[in-house]
Amino acid sequence: MPLPEELKKQKKEWEETIVRKVISRYPERKPEFVTGSDKPVERLYLPESFSVEEYLEKQGFPGRYPYTRGVQPTMYRGRPWTMRQYAGFGTAEESNQRYRFLLEQGQTGLSVAFDLPTQIGYDSDDPQAEGEVGKVGVAVDTLRDMEVLFDDIPLDKISTSMTINAPAAILLTMYIAVAEKKGIGKDKLRGTIQNDILKEYIARGTYIFPPAPSMRLITDVFAYCTREVPQWNTISISGYHIREAGSDAPQEVAFTLANGIEYVRAALKAGLSVDDFAGRLSFFFNAHNDLLEEVAKFRAARRIWARIMKERFNATEPKSMMLRFHTQTGGSTLTAQQPDNNIVRVAIQALAAVLGGTQSLHTNSREEALALPAEESVRLALRTQQVLAYESGVTSTVDPLAGSYYVEALTDRIEVEVWQYIDRIEALGGMVPSILKGYVQKEIQEVAFRTQKDIEKGKRVVVGINKFQMEEKRPANLLRVDPAIRQVQTDKLSQVKRSRNSSRVQNSLSALRQGAKQDDVNLLPLILEAVREYATLGEICRVLRDEFGEHKETIVL
Amino acid sequence: MPSKKTRILIAKPGLDGHDRGAKFIARALRDEGYEVIYTGIRQSPEAIVQTAIQEDVDFVGLSLLSGAHNELFPRVVDLLKENGAEDIKVIGGGIIPEEDIPLLKEKGVQAVFGPGTSTEQIVEFLEHESGR
Amino acid sequence: MNLVDDIRRGDVRAIARAISLIEDFEPEAELLADSLFPHTGRALILGVTGSPGTGKSTLVDRLITLERRSGHKVAVIAIDPSSPFSGGAILGDRLRMQEHATDPGVFIRSMASRGFLGGVAAATGDVLKVLDAAGYDTIFIETIGVGQTEIKIVELSDIVLLVLMPGTGDEIQAMKAGVMEIGDIFIINKKDMPGADKLRMEVEYVLSFKNPGEDTVINPIVMTSATNGEGIGLLREAIAAHRSEIARSGKLEQKRRFRLERELMGVLSRKIHRLMDVRIEVSKQLPDWADTLYRRKACPYALINKQIQNFLKEGRGDRTN
Repeated sequence: MPLPEELKKQKKEWEETIVRKVISRYPERKPEFVTGSDKPVERLYLPESFSVEEYLEKQGFPGRYPYTRGVQPTMYRGRPWTMRQYAGFGTAEESNQRYRFLLEQGQTGLSVAFDLPTQIGYDSDDPQAEGEVGKVGVAVDTLRDMEVLFDDIPLDKISTSMTINAPAAILLTMYIAVAEKKGIGKDKLRGTIQNDILKEYIARGTYIFPPAPSMRLITDVFAYCTREVPQWNTISISGYHIREAGSDAPQEVAFTLANGIEYVRAALKAGLSVDDFAGRLSFFFNAHNDLLEEVAKFRAARRIWARIMKERFNATEPKSMMLRFHTQTGGSTLTAQQPDNNIVRVAIQALAAVLGGTQSLHTNSREEALALPAEESVRLALRTQQVLAYESGVTSTVDPLAGSYYVEALTDRIEVEVWQYIDRIEALGGMVPSILKGYVQKEIQEVAFRTQKDIEKGKRVVVGINKFQMEEKRPANLLRVDPAIRQVQTDKLSQVKRSRNSSRVQNSLSALRQGAKQDDVNLLPLILEAVREYATLGEICRVLRDEFGEHKETIVL
Repeated sequence: MPSKKTRILIAKPGLDGHDRGAKFIARALRDEGYEVIYTGIRQSPEAIVQTAIQEDVDFVGLSLLSGAHNELFPRVVDLLKENGAEDIKVIGGGIIPEEDIPLLKEKGVQAVFGPGTSTEQIVEFLEHESGR
Repeated sequence: MNLVDDIRRGDVRAIARAISLIEDFEPEAELLADSLFPHTGRALILGVTGSPGTGKSTLVDRLITLERRSGHKVAVIAIDPSSPFSGGAILGDRLRMQEHATDPGVFIRSMASRGFLGGVAAATGDVLKVLDAAGYDTIFIETIGVGQTEIKIVELSDIVLLVLMPGTGDEIQAMKAGVMEIGDIFIINKKDMPGADKLRMEVEYVLSFKNPGEDTVINPIVMTSATNGEGIGLLREAIAAHRSEIARSGKLEQKRRFRLERELMGVLSRKIHRLMDVRIEVSKQLPDWADTLYRRKACPYALINKQIQNFLKEGRGDRTN
């Protein structure tokens, strides 16, 4: 709605008198001000004509379509967001220790980081795994590692998020098998697997198979969990990595929701009906430095997704239309120089996520640009969330920034831009063709390149890098992963291979191979069988690699 | 006559898929007049070295953020030597703890450019090493 | 020259070094090219051209696999344009062929056009000699099919593979001057995309107008999907069949002779230009000459004719201004 005439007049009068007077003596610092995403910001925002109808259509009430103001009516008045710190490194034993530490410190959910060989379906003794074992996350080769990872952790009382994509089905079945051994039924299990292969092709790079068989695995997970693991979030459709790859805020939302559309379509094509699985789709976003733009971004995302689910896919269940999301503060915004500054950055970003209505949150640690975090740093990151939750007062009301003239204007503008991208992607035939053509990657790269150049030119300030620099000693006592871990894992693997029943393993792998050849077989039960017999992750992926092939990178430079 | 160009291979060894930095540097160096051969993610040290030799590059720039640098960077240096190409200079970038740099240099990595490095700093180094 | 021996033995470093010498127009490059020349003429040179995005690199990657299976050594020259602003280039074609990076029987070299039209074609010609003398059985030259430069490069080939794909208006592009003329085998890649059959018909239609006079060789059209690995075997057969045909009919020899004529012309024209540039300092004087013309104090032909006179007299030892 436009500005009321009277306000327009007043604004003009204000600009021509006192603004002009002040500017002639004290010009503004820059000719133009922009958001973190390089979009223009006005000097002042004013109320637009208010209409109840428009309010209800665009904002409404929390817990009600279009969910702009939040997916629950009471939000943090009911319960703060889940504090879920991403963790994992080295061996299952070491990671298990870190998980128990975090739970003791008040963390309310687990988030597992796996190493690169695990994420790409290689065992620790594979030549491809050289140098990589246990470095960016925990090494999991067999069910045995998984058992150790969750030793003494009550899987029926906590929820676990696993950042795993291409082999997500395998890690999920391992989790199920561990729970089985603890006497916990599948129906009690709560958690999430990231399971978002499209963003791997776009921004993260830990894909294995080509798009079509990957989508099949994903829809197999949807179908299996709908029946067997009803409380499980089957996918975490991610924008975090897209933003980290250098996109701006509207692109982060647009490409994530476009991926979401693709997954919904795939599930429908596989014969599922929308309200059966859509309620268990979840999302994962980034939180960067421009506080208000980020809040607007989250609100716009909720509104757009609700509309997509209702109008495009005819969902009727409210849960199917609710965009529930996890947030991680932006790793790429943190600096190696003056790492304590990062604590401040993370606090602002966490605030953005909370004001944006996130369901769960990971806050980065101060030395993120240097190494995996030490215990004290992770604890401080957790405390940041706790201070926000219990001291800042922003949790006392729902969607506090609503009605801010600026935030609403930003929310509306981001929505327009997101729709433009979504329409363009539809015109290209959907997300898969757009990715294979390199359209998405190219869009991201342009912004990434410009941003970096702006930093080098000093146009975009990064404190400690291009302004307020200082001489400093690099921090000591950074966490290091013992390189001996590869040998440790290799030995463990040999042990497992010796004590398992080889013929049962081979049989389960053959059954899996047969199943993989047929499009209409759900692979989850077959994978679960193999996993129970202590088939290794590498062995299972080898079978799938044979049957599905491997994806080759689409380079766009 | 076209002038002699400096050729540099930008490669990502190991399994790390974060290529934002590598892609940026490739493009930035192109804009500074370099010929950049970019081979994408998941390159084995063997493939990197064969590529470097076939392309007769002056430099190999390795980008790695997964912590596997102590194993993979020296491997590339060694393979270059084994193949009679030790005159090709290896530089590294990414997430590399400062305390690892002396050892990497000892093993033959000419320079390591950590987070916050500017294009200018890298170009300065390359110009210096090329003897310009 | 030791380098020549190393190249003929197939030493990869030597080959790569030689290519650099040629690319950089180093003084040794001429002698090197001549020393290698007697040992050339064996390799089959396949030019692969087409608009960006048609999948040329992926196709070449697949063809390399088949070539290797039959025991052939393969080389690839992948040419990409240099930035007209900075003179630099990003050379990313080999990325799609990287699975062959550690195969000792495969040599891949990325070349930038370096903004010098004539220069690129000349360099590529001599680079081919290096690879030919080094014993590669099949050499692919891959380039983007736009403009005169690319046509020149493609003329260096024995057989030209023109790669098209549906849905890009390639049909119209294909009919543009020069491109359809030089193609020997037409490949419609990404054949699973809508419009593939339509494109095929359009290409057939355009080909039907090709001068039937001397050109009695029929140009095959092959449908492929490089990413799915479909049609590659057929393509290879089409290439082999075409090769036999042009060898049998004498067309291949004719092509190669004509190519040598063009090479001689190119060398001659370059050397004369260089000679004149040195002797009468063309580059240095050009702005002054242009200034004289701008002020209408002289006329173009007269000015140049006088300079040529000077040049000839220079050769005889006297000079006027």
